[in-house]
Amino acid sequence: MSQTIQFNLNGKTTKLSVDGDRMLLWVLRTDLELTGTKFGCGEGFCGACTVLVNSEAVRSCQTAVKEVQGKEVVTIEGLAKNGKLHPLQKAFIEHDALQCGFCTPGMILNAYSLLRENPQPTYPEIVDEMEDNLCRCGSHKRMIEAIQAVATEMKGGMNR
Amino acid sequence: MRDDEFLEMEDFDLSARVPLDRREFLKRFGGGIFIMFTLGDLSILEAQERRRRGMDYPTDFNAYLRIGEDGRVSCFTGKIEMGQGIFTSLAQMLAEELDVPLASVDMVMGDTARCPWDMGTFGSMTTRFFGPPLRAAGAEARGVLMELAAEQLDVPKDRLVARDGVIFAKDQRQKKVSYAQLAKGKVIERHMKQKPALKTPSEFRVIGKPHLRRDSVEKVTGKAQYAGDIRLEGMLYARILRPPAHGAELKHVDTSAAEKIKGAQVVRDGDLVAVLHKTPDGAESALGRIKAEWDVPEPQVDDKTIFDHLLKHTPRGNVADRGGDLEKGERLANTIIEEVYYNSYVAHAPIETHTALAKIDGETATVWASTQGPFGVQSAVARALGFRSENVRIIAPFVGGGFGGKTSAPQAVEAARLAKLAGKPVQVAWSRAEEFFYDTFRPAAIIKIRSGITKSGEITFWDNAVHFAGSRGSDLFYDVPHHRTTIYGEWRGGPGSHPFGTGPWRAPANNSNTHGRESHIDVMASKAGIDPVEFRLKNLKDERMIRVIKAAAERFGWKPAKSPSARGVGVACGIDSGTYVTTMAEIAVDKKTGKIQVKRVVCAQEMGIVVNPAGATIQMEGCITMGLGYALTEEVRFKGGDVLDRSFRSYNLPRFSWLPQIETVLVKADDLSPQGGGEPAIITMGGVIANAVFDATGARLFQLPMTPERVKEGLAAHA
Repeated sequence: MSQTIQFNLNGKTTKLSVDGDRMLLWVLRTDLELTGTKFGCGEGFCGACTVLVNSEAVRSCQTAVKEVQGKEVVTIEGLAKNGKLHPLQKAFIEHDALQCGFCTPGMILNAYSLLRENPQPTYPEIVDEMEDNLCRCGSHKRMIEAIQAVATEMKGGMNR
Repeated sequence: MRDDEFLEMEDFDLSARVPLDRREFLKRFGGGIFIMFTLGDLSILEAQERRRRGMDYPTDFNAYLRIGEDGRVSCFTGKIEMGQGIFTSLAQMLAEELDVPLASVDMVMGDTARCPWDMGTFGSMTTRFFGPPLRAAGAEARGVLMELAAEQLDVPKDRLVARDGVIFAKDQRQKKVSYAQLAKGKVIERHMKQKPALKTPSEFRVIGKPHLRRDSVEKVTGKAQYAGDIRLEGMLYARILRPPAHGAELKHVDTSAAEKIKGAQVVRDGDLVAVLHKTPDGAESALGRIKAEWDVPEPQVDDKTIFDHLLKHTPRGNVADRGGDLEKGERLANTIIEEVYYNSYVAHAPIETHTALAKIDGETATVWASTQGPFGVQSAVARALGFRSENVRIIAPFVGGGFGGKTSAPQAVEAARLAKLAGKPVQVAWSRAEEFFYDTFRPAAIIKIRSGITKSGEITFWDNAVHFAGSRGSDLFYDVPHHRTTIYGEWRGGPGSHPFGTGPWRAPANNSNTHGRESHIDVMASKAGIDPVEFRLKNLKDERMIRVIKAAAERFGWKPAKSPSARGVGVACGIDSGTYVTTMAEIAVDKKTGKIQVKRVVCAQEMGIVVNPAGATIQMEGCITMGLGYALTEEVRFKGGDVLDRSFRSYNLPRFSWLPQIETVLVKADDLSPQGGGEPAIITMGGVIANAVFDATGARLFQLPMTPERVKEGLAAHA
């Protein structure tokens, strides 16, 4: 059933007339043409579709669009502010923490959520939080190093 | 390059190659300096060309570069970027020979309308075989620019210097002209006729220096476009009716309920039944309403009985390598050892599933596809549509992982057929379940090795029978006087063998061959009571391998001991794509759960000149991490043509918690041309872990992956 869903998307108020049971992933990718959020499995097992809802990482393929009613959604396209890359984006570049790049948006947003909750994570804490995001190229080592570098750089305060 | 590497091209119709009209090319760009070149220019492929039936590699040009009126350098090549980093390393090679800043080089890749024909991106061939002519073309272009500058500046060529896209007189620096100025208003076309002088390693300014990836900014901001990210006016998303098992036949289909879904359009063309909708999720829910009855053949084989099945369906063998006299070798042996090594089917499982978007305009088609071989896809789509190849344009944007699995692209043909039926652009993006189901798996394989050693640990003979793995990596680099290697079936198998598709998987055949060989070497070392590293060195004459083993041992801090030493350390060596690898690992086995934790991996690699040490290191780390999967968990379970593992829920890829401490060593060898880098370091991962497990427990595991169940079985059998 079509309903009106309003939420803040990457800093802008967005109003949609949409079936509220549809998954956020498809609404983002198809209706809103924000294709940085990737489809990897559609079952919540890979994390390629990770976005932030009220600053928390969620799997958009498992999140009905009605669940984000009135909330703040950030996709990879909305992470850079005023043309300035977020420190996590910069760290992924500087550490070469990606290869094919397909899991990268989900990885970065999951790491964002992790650092927001726990600005000074230990190695096992990083591993634990990143564990369910899959990367097939094997860039795991670099991604951990990039996340550690951001944690050190921001010394506990992550402001977007 | 060996014949087996060419086998990856089986799907391609080489004779259907579309010749490009040079004048068309030149017209498109206005001014500039163009250098046309081909792999054949340097005679690299000549021998293979002759051998290969119908092999028609372009003799005109298969790549070209352009120096534009703005001074930017563009390289047009049919190669694609799927994470392996050639977007960066090819640009480095060109910047080096042309003397331009790396930042001024643009790579235009994988577009059949803009790039000349290319075989495809696989086999670690880009750097080895495309690199040399690319560098030569850069050098040729530089020569042309020097001639132009000499004329314009009225200074003899030998008194000119090129640096960062500017040519100036050696003794009069104010006398200078930029490449942009030289290219302005000119159309100059050159074909490589002879090999120009390339820079030597001591002259390198760009090659050999670590460079960060050049595609990162797009990839961390979500701007990088993959095939599924292209949006066209009026496009529809397809979901296709699939059989429950390979070999199943459609008996009856009822699409009436699906047709009632608002906005859903059912299309059918023979066995191709699909639902189209303006959203992917809309198409998915409509597909769920299609009722289909299938005739599913009785399963003949499953993942438990597969090895017996394959041995029964083994084709006639080809002796790939033979030397000495095996009987004599047997007589010289004090101990004869015979073992069999197995590995299961392994999926490619790229995070981006096979995806394509097709658009038809009259008699022309454009298809954006995730593929490693856009030109092969071009002929396949043309055949399916009944179009002329030159009227089909394939564009491979960024590819979200390939590993050999995107060598062919049936989804592109599906999208093209559906777009033709619908009269609108259609996207086909395989679901994860479809990706597993239609994957061309790394084949299950059986490696039987019989060998003998003397009392002092010299290998006297080696008789290796490789079943279904394929030949790559089966060459014996140990110094054995009497030896034979027989190949039974390449990786695509043969009639009645595999119940589904098999194909090339990152370093095809070599993972299976290296696992078998390096396990068997360790079995012999243990029987001889000699440290496994010492045993290898004792039986080696190949200086390149000896250097790599020593480099790995030094970094690892290898302490010689007879295995099993209870320390859980292992070693494995291998050669792939011209590159030498030795890997050492330290592991722990939880004897209760059977779980293996890999604690530390050291990999030493010698790959000739290293174009981008940063990129090479990442590829090694990627190989090590990905290799943990086929070593420890990855196997496709099935019953007949029904693939049981169709989800990441049950098919376990390596994760963050698996990550060992990884250390990589690049062994310097600037006297050798650059060799492959995307695949070699993965080949040793099965063998090194199996050897470390033996060292830890005394139990030899003969089958990959070494799942907790198999570890427990191995421990029980040992006890």
